[in-house]
Amino acid sequence: MEAITLPILLLALFLAIMAIQSQKLLTSALFLAGVSIGVSIIFYILGCPQVGVIELNVGAGLVTVLFVFSINFIGEESPSNRSIVPTGIVLLVLSALAILLILSTKPPVSISQHAQEAQPTFASILWESRNLDVLLQIFIFFAGVMGLLGLLAEAKPPLDGAAAAEISEKRKRDLEALEAHGMATSEEET
Amino acid sequence: MNLTTVHYFHIGVFLILCVGLYGLLISRNILKMIISLQIMVKAALLEFALAGHVTGHVNLAQSIILTIIVADTIVAVVGMAFAVQIRRKINSTSVDRLANLKG
Repeated sequence: MEAITLPILLLALFLAIMAIQSQKLLTSALFLAGVSIGVSIIFYILGCPQVGVIELNVGAGLVTVLFVFSINFIGEESPSNRSIVPTGIVLLVLSALAILLILSTKPPVSISQHAQEAQPTFASILWESRNLDVLLQIFIFFAGVMGLLGLLAEAKPPLDGAAAAEISEKRKRDLEALEAHGMATSEEET
Repeated sequence: MNLTTVHYFHIGVFLILCVGLYGLLISRNILKMIISLQIMVKAALLEFALAGHVTGHVNLAQSIILTIIVADTIVAVVGMAFAVQIRRKINSTSVDRLANLKG
């Protein structure tokens, strides 16, 4: 692995901390886009250019635009500093994670011992071996779009008494006019 | 212990995951929580890419990463839609206000 990945990873870490620390939501969203860009560069260096491009498009492009859209809808709110979870529990969870990290750092593994073997291409893995995943993605897309439409739909307020009475009157008048017109045409035919 | 670049990368990714988890635990704004979740998912993606690079199965890792990106984006989009609706209903995006059950 190239050593150039480490500075980029550190940059992504810094941007992630800034995104969490930032008081303004818009700034947080922009820092998140920066994290996405760093992650996509690392993907490219690690030999995953296809998902690097997708991450750049989706993570830094689409999600950021949607964030800006919803912040525009919601408006900035002054965040309160009080934590939702007690600080002791947060520190406990983070220290447990750190212990897990120390335990998971094993002696060096032999890198790229399989790399010489011929690998199936990305497209053949995606469409042949993992076609169920593709089907699942289609379902997730569909469910997501349906959920979005349902959630963003404006609920119409119920009609008050006067408006409902007016509409039913109009409907009754229309029906009567239609019936009179029907009778008139039948008389003409006879 | 002799640490290689892979180890330092692993530690860095773990720190990004910790930053995301910290943000998820301390923030009360729904949009801020979604941002924290996105940071955590990005750390997971990096770990997958690292595993693919180390074992030599880069393309398998790519297909898994693609699935995760799709699911994660949909989660973010639906979460944002929820936030907009909650803002309309209770005029706030703080999760504190959601604790009051109605009826």
